[in-house]
Amino acid sequence: MTSTIERAGGSPAPSADPPDPPPASPARTDRLTRWGRELRGQRTLLLLALPGIAYFLVFHYAALFGNVIAFKDFVPFQGLWESPWVGLDNFQRMFEDAAFWQAAWNTLAIAVLQLVFFFPLPLALALLLHSLARGGVRKLIQSVVYLPHFLSWVIVVALFQQLLGPTGMFGGNVAFVTDVLANPDAFKPLMVVQIIWKDCGWGTIIFLAALSQVNQDLYESAALDGAGPRRRFWHVTLPAIRPIVILLLIMRLGDILTVGFEQILLQRDAVGPEAGEVLDTFVYYQGVLGADWGYSAAAGLFKGVVGAVLVFSANKIAHRLGEQGVYK
Amino acid sequence: MEKPHPLTQVGKAVSLVIICALILVPILVVFSTSLASPAEVTENGGWVLFPTEPTLQAYQDILSGGTITRSLAVSVGITVVGTAVSLFGTITLAYVLSREHFSLRKPLLLMVLFTFLFPPGMLPGYLVVKGLGLLDSYWALILPVAINVFNLVIMRGFFQGLPQELYDAARIDGAGELTVLLRIVLPLSKAVIAVIGLFYAVGYWNSFFSAILYLNDSSKWPLQAVLQTVVTKGANLGGNTTDALSDSGAVAAPQTYQMATVVVAVIPILIIYPFIQKYFTKGVLTGAIKS
Repeated sequence: MTSTIERAGGSPAPSADPPDPPPASPARTDRLTRWGRELRGQRTLLLLALPGIAYFLVFHYAALFGNVIAFKDFVPFQGLWESPWVGLDNFQRMFEDAAFWQAAWNTLAIAVLQLVFFFPLPLALALLLHSLARGGVRKLIQSVVYLPHFLSWVIVVALFQQLLGPTGMFGGNVAFVTDVLANPDAFKPLMVVQIIWKDCGWGTIIFLAALSQVNQDLYESAALDGAGPRRRFWHVTLPAIRPIVILLLIMRLGDILTVGFEQILLQRDAVGPEAGEVLDTFVYYQGVLGADWGYSAAAGLFKGVVGAVLVFSANKIAHRLGEQGVYK
Repeated sequence: MEKPHPLTQVGKAVSLVIICALILVPILVVFSTSLASPAEVTENGGWVLFPTEPTLQAYQDILSGGTITRSLAVSVGITVVGTAVSLFGTITLAYVLSREHFSLRKPLLLMVLFTFLFPPGMLPGYLVVKGLGLLDSYWALILPVAINVFNLVIMRGFFQGLPQELYDAARIDGAGELTVLLRIVLPLSKAVIAVIGLFYAVGYWNSFFSAILYLNDSSKWPLQAVLQTVVTKGANLGGNTTDALSDSGAVAAPQTYQMATVVVAVIPILIIYPFIQKYFTKGVLTGAIKS
């Protein structure tokens, strides 16, 4: 790269109509002009990339490095460097902490409920939409089902209160709904119902795109071969969207310990930490509010590492099964 | 191909209608309740589906200066500035990463994608913001989330999908990278820029947690953070008058005022949404599928 710059440095700037190359070594001049162009372009490109690179270095890599406080007894006024190392003490304490395991358990329970009850729904809704609606009607329905995705969790929670809260549409009138928002036993299903309401429609967008790209000839030849609607669904539709389902599943697995931080933070107080604490809120309450920095960073790091391991393994399995996965 | 059974079709249609109703009715209830008179809301036990005498009184009250008005201005400011910053950072980096001949393309791409696998975590992020002296500054709500990897990848995919001939032609005409970006790529990428811009804008408009985390001074809070106190306190107190609303002069029937606040937070999205929604498929999918 350096040599490229040095050698190209002296070459003239490219112009709209380059002068005829000297007959002695046309290849060499050509190369120099090309390098000249490349360099000019690359200098601009580097400059253009700079803000973005700075962003990732500061807010991702420096922050990633900040995770060392998980191995320290972090004292804010002493700073990151001066705080004493404590090895794995924070992790040891964490693994002996019942509150941590409660949070981990709640996280896992909500994640599994989401995987079972939320994950397949957008696919089902997309298939329903695809098989029934066309043109304007389909666009109209899509506009409606995408909409909740763009509402904030604050709004969604307010909406649920207006429906199910003690003075809500149903909460105030239907006996068994009363107090559902403050009922610890109902908390986990409620979280899943809310995310279904908010994001099920939005989740269809990628499936609808995949479905629209299925070759129509396949359906026709399958029909000619005597395949009924059900067989066409199994042998044409499903295989066509399988890679995308697997891709989303892998991404979801890597993210499985993230179960709606804002959503849960907003509603945790109504049911208490026993039912409502998840790993993310645990980190927030212990670390930011409780100023127990090293300890909660350990919990955060634990979550991050488990997530990364899950992505790696899920991707490996996908490759074994002959799928493309997220990356090669 | 034979037609599907009519009964199946009816069943499917009915399910779709029910799904749409499940989404629209709660939103309608919020709008209606915000338009009803406090007396009617109290009488009806906290909600109204069709207000007998619609009134904008609640909106007048919450928007006549005070917490809601102030936080609304903050939200608008953060959304506008944040979206501009995000689009700038995303477009420039995505463009660079889309240029096949750029020597640093691979390492930079890996550097970006790695952060997708390993998010830094809440506390280290907080320490960085604190270390930069951004606590209690509005930049703390913008800079840490300025570039979203997912949006970046979509944008890059879209740029890569543009016909290569355009680049070649521009090069022959002696256009530099900046000219290519501004004159050729940007005008052709309106769809994806509109969609990604909407994603960023909605993100800034909707976020409340970074405000709570980084702004100790709650008089600086944006609308969603203020609304969050209304929502959570409303839940705890069973709908009593809340602090956030009381200093804007609202006393009676907090439900009306709460719902009016919710509507104020929803309306900008409802206004922009239809204009950009038509680009969703075009913008997002071409970008996502290509990359």
